[in-house]
Amino acid sequence: MSVALPAKGQRSARAGLPSGGLAMGLSMLWISIIVLLPLAAVVARSLDGGIGDFWDAVTSRQAISALRFTLFVSLGAAAINAVFGTLMAWVLVRDQFRGKAIVNAVIDLPFALPTIVAGLTLLALYGPNSPIGVNVALTKASVLLALLFVTLPFVIRSVQPVLLELDHEMEEAAASLGARPGVIFLRVILPSLLPAILSGAALAFARAVGEFGSVVLISGNVPFDTQVSSVFVYKQIESDNPIGAAAVSVVLLVLSLLVLMAIRGLGAWGSRHER
Amino acid sequence: MNVDRRWRISLRVVALGYLAVLLLVPVALVFYRTFEKGIGAFFESITTPAAISALFLTLEVALITVPLNAVFGVLAAMALVRGKFPGKRLLDALIDLPFAISPVVIGLSLLLLYGRTGWFGPWLTEHGIQIIFSLPGIVLATIFVSMPFVVREVAPVLKEVGDEQEQAAATLGASNWQSFWRVTLPSIRWGLAYGVVLSTARAIGEFGAVSVVSGKIAGETETLTLLVEKRFQNFDLAGAYAASALLAVIALATLVFMSVFGSRRAES
Repeated sequence: MSVALPAKGQRSARAGLPSGGLAMGLSMLWISIIVLLPLAAVVARSLDGGIGDFWDAVTSRQAISALRFTLFVSLGAAAINAVFGTLMAWVLVRDQFRGKAIVNAVIDLPFALPTIVAGLTLLALYGPNSPIGVNVALTKASVLLALLFVTLPFVIRSVQPVLLELDHEMEEAAASLGARPGVIFLRVILPSLLPAILSGAALAFARAVGEFGSVVLISGNVPFDTQVSSVFVYKQIESDNPIGAAAVSVVLLVLSLLVLMAIRGLGAWGSRHER
Repeated sequence: MNVDRRWRISLRVVALGYLAVLLLVPVALVFYRTFEKGIGAFFESITTPAAISALFLTLEVALITVPLNAVFGVLAAMALVRGKFPGKRLLDALIDLPFAISPVVIGLSLLLLYGRTGWFGPWLTEHGIQIIFSLPGIVLATIFVSMPFVVREVAPVLKEVGDEQEQAAATLGASNWQSFWRVTLPSIRWGLAYGVVLSTARAIGEFGAVSVVSGKIAGETETLTLLVEKRFQNFDLAGAYAASALLAVIALATLVFMSVFGSRRAES
């Protein structure tokens, strides 16, 4: 008894409530029901007609064209926001001006604003009724614009904390040795920020590849032109072609998994960098 | 770095300019368009029977999904931070999945599971249970998309506070349950609040996944975001702006809560 008691007390103390095993089991069960089971149904349905049908659906001209455009425009949005996001993170951390706190809060607006509202919002300013006479609706540029809007916060929020923690000493040393600001940024600051910039850009890319709501109103969803993969899947569901929809969905799923794995890799690289 | 003043000002102008062109001016214009014909027109537009039913459905969905997300989120965060089990890394990776998957694919996945021709379709039909094109489908889609938020906000806080106080409570004879309510929960409350706000915003704003599973039946399964789309497609631009403005106000309130809870969390 006297031996068993402390051991029991110790265990419950470490595990908290509910004990680790129970929490783990319930979490796994919940994720399986909510996430994994439905995704399994997609994978199974995509192979319903055999691997041949799967391949035909994925390599149809319209599917390929949508996928190619999706990848291209998502890479573009991620790259542009990588540049502007780093710049904005720098301004938010190193610059001082009135209203900075408000600007910092507004950065999260794309996270808080429903995507369909984001699309309508862009359409109001850059659509056919534009008060400034700029109309990009129904063009590829409109898709890029929508993706830039919804992925704006990722790089900023990923770079900001790293920049805050960054030591000023190296920069000051470089400056005292006569390095110009541009050189200091490229040689001293950028290398430390790179893992954060890339993982923010990867998150933005993943989000852009799957984006639907903000794109659907402004792009016009023209096949072989402005149609992205998520809209293609939606159209396949609407025209009652579940196998085609599921097949392209599987491609998008694999892409998401690859990006998530890349982000985990970047996280490990980033924490090595800190040490 | 002592970047000279001119550099700093020009970077600031570029950053704020980008923010204005992409975010602020478009959102301001929607508010202007909404209210240019007076506040009366706005109220008329958001108090039509369809709009009121959409608002209540949206709130109902959020009221069901957010508490479930909160409970799961705290549980999963406890498992990730305190648990010592094989498969922990797998759980950690799985939690991020909804962030990376297209909402349309999420909607499709539910359709293929619970829909008429889905895995459970025949059984559900036989027992007279309808999930797709009704409230349960919308709830399942919303839980799927908004699941990771609470976990991802609570887990780092839980890691930060450590388990010393929980151990002390246990040494003093507190049960697991007592130690959770009196020690763990108070220490994670701002992280939890932040995650709940993010999760609520996503639940209210979800469009793609809900659009696939809801069936968009006016007055029944039409949420606010679906109403925006329908009004736009029916050339009722003023109506679409009004519903959008309502959602944008909710989003702005979300930002306020985020900064309040965020700074509280940073303080504690």
